[in-house]
Amino acid sequence: MAASVMSSTGSVKMNTSHLSSLTPDWMNNEVLTGTSIMAVEFDGGVVVGADSRTSMGTYVSNRVTDKLTRVTDRIYCCRSGSSADTQAVADIVSSHMEILEVKLGEPPLVQVAANTFKEICYNYRDMLMAGIIVAGWDKSKGGQVYTIPLGGMMIRQPMAIGGSGSTYVWGYVDATFKPNMNKEETVNFVKNTLTLALTRDGSSGGVVRVAIITKDGVERRVFLHNELPQFYQG
Amino acid sequence: MDSLEDIHTGFQFSNFARNETLVAKGFPMPKSRKTGTTIAGVVFKDGVVLGADTRATEGDIIADKNCSKIHYLQPNMYCCGAGTAADLVMTTQLMASQLELHRLNTGRQVPVVAANRMLKQMLFRYQGYIGAALVLGGVDKHGSHIYSIHPHGSTDRLPYTTMGSGSLAAMSVFEVHWKPDLELEEAKQLVRDAIAGGIFNDLGSGSNVDLCIITKDGATMLRPYDVANVKGQRQGKYIYKTGTTDILSTSVRPIQIVSETVRKVGEEEMETA
Repeated sequence: MAASVMSSTGSVKMNTSHLSSLTPDWMNNEVLTGTSIMAVEFDGGVVVGADSRTSMGTYVSNRVTDKLTRVTDRIYCCRSGSSADTQAVADIVSSHMEILEVKLGEPPLVQVAANTFKEICYNYRDMLMAGIIVAGWDKSKGGQVYTIPLGGMMIRQPMAIGGSGSTYVWGYVDATFKPNMNKEETVNFVKNTLTLALTRDGSSGGVVRVAIITKDGVERRVFLHNELPQFYQG
Repeated sequence: MDSLEDIHTGFQFSNFARNETLVAKGFPMPKSRKTGTTIAGVVFKDGVVLGADTRATEGDIIADKNCSKIHYLQPNMYCCGAGTAADLVMTTQLMASQLELHRLNTGRQVPVVAANRMLKQMLFRYQGYIGAALVLGGVDKHGSHIYSIHPHGSTDRLPYTTMGSGSLAAMSVFEVHWKPDLELEEAKQLVRDAIAGGIFNDLGSGSNVDLCIITKDGATMLRPYDVANVKGQRQGKYIYKTGTTDILSTSVRPIQIVSETVRKVGEEEMETA
C-alpha cells in the first residue's frame, strides 16, 4: 500500500493510512476495465457496444477508452477485465488473423477468431483475467456473437452481455430482446441496455461506443452523456 | 574466447533467490529508489509537449533534488518515467537501443506505435515486476502521439495524459484548461501548470519543471523550464557579535596519560546477526 512507503528505521512516523483508501495505488494496482459490454446479432450483421471507463481502484485512468477492439476488418472484440491482459490477448489474436488472412486468401471466419481467443483464454486461465465477447460478420454464417467468460469457455449466443455492469441488466435484456431485429432497433437496444448498466454500475461510465458490423464494413457511433436516453433518475 | 551466453546485459535476476532467503532470515530488504513523480504529456497543433518534475525519493528522504525523468528513445521520441528509478533507466536504455537497431534495419524513422508495442510487450512479459509507468510521446509521419503505459503492460492513446503519484493534481489542471489544437506557448504553459500542480500538492513530487518539445523538426529539452520553488531570501542576520557573552574565567588542563596498551588484531568470525 502507498502508506507503507514510510521509513521503518526513522523515529518519526507519519500516519498516512487514512489517505491510502482515497488515493490510487498507481504502482501496484492493475488497470481494470470495470465494464459494461455487449454484442447482439441482427439480420444483416452484428452490433457491438461498450462504455468508455478504465479505472485503477477509485481513479478513472481513462474516461474515453475504446473497448471495441479491431481483430480483422469484419471481426471486433469487446474487452472486460484486466486492461493489460485483454490488450495482449487481442494483439496476439489479431496478429494470428492477419497471417491467416494471407494464407487463406480471404478473411478468416468469426468462429476461427473466437476459437483462437478461447484457446488462449483457456490455456492461460490461471494467469489471465479476461472476459471477452467476439463478434463479427463472415460470408458463411453472417453476423455472429461468441462470448468467452473468465474460465475460457466459448459459446455462441444471439446476444451477449459482459463486464461488471452486465449484472444490473440481465432482467432488462431478457425482457426486451427479441431475435431478428433490424439494424436501428438493435442499436437502440444496445444503447438502452448500456445506459442502464453504466448508470447503476460505479465501475462503468463515460460515453457509449457502438460499432455496427455488416458485409459492407464497420460503422462506428459515439453517444455522449447528453445523447443517452433518460431513464428513472430518482 | 567467452561464449556469447556469458555476456549479460539488461535485467539480471540471479540474486533474487538469495535476497528472498535473507528476508526470510530476518534481514530487511533495502528500499529501492522510487520516483514519487508527476509526469505529463499533451498533443498540440504541431507536435507534443512532455513534462516532468525533478524529485527522486527513497522512502521519505529526497534522494535527488534535480533528477532527469524525461528519457531519450529516438530523435523523434522521448519518454517520461514514473516508478522504480532503476527499472525506468534500464527499460528506456534497452528500448532506445532496440529502436535504434530497428531504425537501422528498416532504414526508416521508427513510428511511435512501434515503440508503444515494444514497451507494452516487454512490460506484459514481466507481469508488472518491472515497476515502470511511462508517458511516451513522439512525432512521426502519421502525426503526433501520446501514449500512457502502465507497469502491467496496458496502454492508452490519448490527447493528454498524466502519470505518477502527482497524476491526480496534474490531471485536474488538464481537465479544466485543455482544448484541442493548442499553440506551442499555450501547450508549454499548460504542461508547466500541470506539473506545478503535482509539485505543490503531492509530497512525492517537487523541485523543478522539465519540458521536452517534439515537433517534426526535432526535439528540444528544456531543463529546467521553470524553477517552481525559488529559495527565499533570509530577511535578517541571526549571528551574534563576538563578545556578546562575557568570558568570566579561562582554565587550560593538559591531557594526562593514565595507561597505554597495544592489542594485536586477529581474524574474527564475521558478524551476521
